[in-house]
Amino acid sequence: MTADTWTAIRLTAELAGLSTLLLLLVGTPLAWWLARTRSAWKPLFASLVAMPLVLPPTVLGFYLLMLMGPHGPVGQLTQSLGLGRLPFTFAGLVVGSVLYSMPFVVQPLQQAFEAIPERLLEAASTLRASPWDRFVSVALPLARPGFVTASVLGFAHTVGEFGVVLMIGGNIPGQTRVLSVAIYDHVEAAEFDQAHRLAAGMVAFALIVLVTLYITNRPPRDDAEIAR
Amino acid sequence: MIEAHLRLQRRDFRLEVALALPSRGVTALFGPSGCGKTTVLRALAGLERASGRIALDDEVWQDDAIGCFVPTHRRPLGYVIQEAALFPHLDVRGNLDYGRSRAVSESSRVPLDAIIELLGIGHLQARRAATLSGGERQRVAIARALATGARLLLMDEPLAALDAARKAEILPYLERLHRELAMPVVYVTHSMDEVARLADHLVLMREGRVVAAGALADLMARTDLPLSRLDDAGVVIVAEVAEHDELHGMTRIAFDGTSMWVGQTAAQPGEQVRARVLARDMSVTRQRPTETSILNVLPVRLDSIERDQSTALLRLQAGAVTGTGGWTLLARITTRSLDALELRPGDELHAQIKGVALM
Repeated sequence: MTADTWTAIRLTAELAGLSTLLLLLVGTPLAWWLARTRSAWKPLFASLVAMPLVLPPTVLGFYLLMLMGPHGPVGQLTQSLGLGRLPFTFAGLVVGSVLYSMPFVVQPLQQAFEAIPERLLEAASTLRASPWDRFVSVALPLARPGFVTASVLGFAHTVGEFGVVLMIGGNIPGQTRVLSVAIYDHVEAAEFDQAHRLAAGMVAFALIVLVTLYITNRPPRDDAEIAR
Repeated sequence: MIEAHLRLQRRDFRLEVALALPSRGVTALFGPSGCGKTTVLRALAGLERASGRIALDDEVWQDDAIGCFVPTHRRPLGYVIQEAALFPHLDVRGNLDYGRSRAVSESSRVPLDAIIELLGIGHLQARRAATLSGGERQRVAIARALATGARLLLMDEPLAALDAARKAEILPYLERLHRELAMPVVYVTHSMDEVARLADHLVLMREGRVVAAGALADLMARTDLPLSRLDDAGVVIVAEVAEHDELHGMTRIAFDGTSMWVGQTAAQPGEQVRARVLARDMSVTRQRPTETSILNVLPVRLDSIERDQSTALLRLQAGAVTGTGGWTLLARITTRSLDALELRPGDELHAQIKGVALM
């Protein structure tokens, strides 16, 4: 494989890793809130999180481009903060990926949090655990399978992202040229051998990830019994 | 003293109670399902937000008048529910430590070993909650609640999810708890049997209100409460073991200058036991019966008669006749017998007690 290909692989891994990390940081409180709130706003926020599931990536990419562009509000903000412009940079890709992969992280977390019986959290509070303590000592450990699923899906989905990347990232080697774009390039240039090698690699990656996920996330017998 | 004035309005339910519970012994909140007893308990714990005031001795937990509401995790209480709610990601020891490491203060930290011993769960420590039986789970849950150094133990139907055998397994531990700990317990139940075995005080609830509250023996002996209409209405007696009759497998218990023979108990002479005398196990005669197979016959004075269609509930004063204090028995007889004997309040009778259940 060429140095270009390796760069694309490294870039993809960095993008997916960083995006997943940020998604867990942002998605955990959001999922916790969605799982526990009785607010009338819940359907709206749940829908906003789920939007990337139904929107074409190009639509999301287009609006991100507008927002982050030199005349968009986000673009103006980043420029006035001295951060420069986000489109066609790695940072811009991270922002896009975080938004685009949001449902793949938030939804498994939300389901995991919702599956925790209220009585266990109440029991923790009667054992003198503060709200934060309850979250750390009861909710997080019990939602562990949800975190595994969320991380794997968030990472894998970012790796597979194409539309948003193309809209806001373009195709700059070492900056925004991730694997999915590299494959597209190869096909455009009729380099089917290289395209095939990368594409097959992606298929294998996806399969390995999903099989691992299903194996590791099978609940142990006694946990399943408690969940009744 | 545990004081609670609570009001709560739900769509089809209204709770309005004023309670003053003693800070010693077990107080049972008793009533049919939907009467609000669990809501009261949850409000005491701060898990439910009713309006009003809650105080444990001089410590105010809630007072809406001054905008005070102490959150659950800052109230020094233990809470045990029907489903035990052990943490599935921790083993038994981990569950116990969870409570202990968050104890009210270093000084209030109850020695865990003593609690483990009290509830007989030493051999379970490395086990996961899911591998425990219902009774074991409940004992661990109680131990975990005690480990916080709680000053008040709240129990919400802790035995309701268990079958008869498991109940029988865990009741002795609750009785031990009752004997050995000075901590006040508020115990929600709809089982008269548990009330009779464990409670010192009773709060009768119905449709969100308190019907009556007081010492267990007093309330059980009243004929004007819903209790007396239960099939297992009857009185509870706290007596002392006097002697054993090994030959016949019987034990004599004594209290208030009277004594009765009951089936032999393992308790030693001098120990306190509770006995329950059901109204349906009683009959009365005008003359002292001679040559009867009934072992326990007591002279009584008929105090009052509560009559309905086919049965009548007699309130009988025992002890008073012999001039030694006095205590009350209930007897349920048919109205046919009532009329045939022409019973009137004030009549001197003999009560025949067919069965006394030691608990």
